[in-house]
Amino acid sequence: MRIVVPVKQVPDLVEELEIDADGKALNRDWLKFKMNEFDEHALEEALLLKEEYGGEVVVVGLDTGEVDDTLFTALAKGADRAVKIVGDFEAGVTSHGAAKMMAEAIRGMGYDLVLTGVQAVDDLDGQVGPLLAAYLGAPHVSVVSGVAVNGGTARVRKEYAGGVVAEIDVDLPAVLGVQAAQQPPRYAPVSRVRQIMKTASLEEMDAAETADAGMAVRRMFKPESGQRAEMIEGNTGQIVDRLVRILNDKGLLKG
Amino acid sequence: MQGKLADITFELLGKGRALAGALGSKVVGVLLGHGARDLAGQMGGADTVLYVDHPALAQFTPDAYERTLSALIKDRQPAVVLMGNTSVGMDLAPGLSAGLGLPLLAYCSDIQVSGGRLVATSKLYGGKVMVEADGGESCLATWLTGSSPADAGRSGGAAAVEDAAAPSMDGLRTRFVNLIQPEAGDVDITREDILVSVGRGIGGQENLEIAEDLAKALGGALSASRPIIDNGWLPKARQVGKSGMTVKPKLYLACGISGAPEHLEGMRDADLIIAINTDPGAPIFDVADYGVVGDIFDILPALTEKVAG
Repeated sequence: MRIVVPVKQVPDLVEELEIDADGKALNRDWLKFKMNEFDEHALEEALLLKEEYGGEVVVVGLDTGEVDDTLFTALAKGADRAVKIVGDFEAGVTSHGAAKMMAEAIRGMGYDLVLTGVQAVDDLDGQVGPLLAAYLGAPHVSVVSGVAVNGGTARVRKEYAGGVVAEIDVDLPAVLGVQAAQQPPRYAPVSRVRQIMKTASLEEMDAAETADAGMAVRRMFKPESGQRAEMIEGNTGQIVDRLVRILNDKGLLKG
Repeated sequence: MQGKLADITFELLGKGRALAGALGSKVVGVLLGHGARDLAGQMGGADTVLYVDHPALAQFTPDAYERTLSALIKDRQPAVVLMGNTSVGMDLAPGLSAGLGLPLLAYCSDIQVSGGRLVATSKLYGGKVMVEADGGESCLATWLTGSSPADAGRSGGAAAVEDAAAPSMDGLRTRFVNLIQPEAGDVDITREDILVSVGRGIGGQENLEIAEDLAKALGGALSASRPIIDNGWLPKARQVGKSGMTVKPKLYLACGISGAPEHLEGMRDADLIIAINTDPGAPIFDVADYGVVGDIFDILPALTEKVAG
């Protein structure tokens, strides 16, 4: 079974995000990138499926951000192959654009399952998983938190609000948008990643098409400090005293 | 879902009404299902409701629902297709966008009409950045739950329901198997008056104790945002947010939770929200009543001592 895991780099939200002078995009000077955390779950689920059913896990990423790190880390975690799609992505890539390029690459390599993160923090024009399915002509289910394979069918658990879960059968080959792997994503020690960087290599493919119409962004801005919160200042003791007064006033402290 | 219309439906109808007004056109509600015509009648906020009945639509599956909606959209050529940014909406909108060649704007918290074009404001980057984008003259938009009042879309009157034919359901590649109700955990967080809720800021499973101690001192319970549950540090029954529970306690103490839209969805209606976070820019402070830019490892134990003492 070949499981392909498209992964992408997203800005690390821990850093302060600044809007650039144009007012239409993020200022890249201070951006740090990391792997989309839902893609980490997709990779983990793929590795678990490989451990259960056998096969091969191929990670694929567009050459944006610091994707090499992500691809080598995936290999260190147990992926069999890592493919980097190379092209001119300076202007940014929309979800539609990324999905089209991924679809070309994935169709070429053949697949049984595509597992990708359910969403990413910069998905202005929608989630890559279902877009990929549309371009591949494959069935799909998103918001998946459990996958089991039986012959030519995958039985998945799809999450709804309030903890309700549906079991849905999907015919393979299929695309799944993963919300959570069946166990927390495994950790690859830095030493192992470094070792992999020396011994393994990333396959490169040219992007089938680089022109991305892009979303017509009119402007980007920080939400107004609609900071509704009344901020409590002071040292720990003063803060705690204030909190206790607030709770007491609301009748929330037991007698 | 499960025989009831969700609040998001009414939010969409309300927003649809506002857009229809701006465009000088009508609001058409759409309901797909099997034996659910009564529910269609509850969508009085729309000018018309299209109801499609088919056994394959009894429960949501991406394949059957997508092909049905695709046919309806092709037939009716709406200016805007509004869906919730929910588990269902996220499964349907992208494929419809790709298949029909219509732009899609996701995570919308507002949509306006400007010069005959649709302009949406989307909340991205964990709620830290707003993006205003042009959807053209016809687009799909997924709407963040809680962005507009559900009451705006509720109407006392019965809806004018129109039956629409289902497309062929041959060759469906996704099939519903069954629905699993949430496991009753040891604690039902939706019934607790006081929740001490932890996010990534708690750092590690071994640190949960400081929040657990405070919860006990306050006579409340521990809850958490999605990453904590995904890490396996707390059971699913403790999860607050879009893919967990929606809670409305008397007190929601958010500890080290940044406040991404998916989390806010689950707790923004709590009576009193107090947030503690080291990041002054954390979106949680936009919904909290009181905020502290501080270290939960200092504040929680001190608060526990004061409350218990």
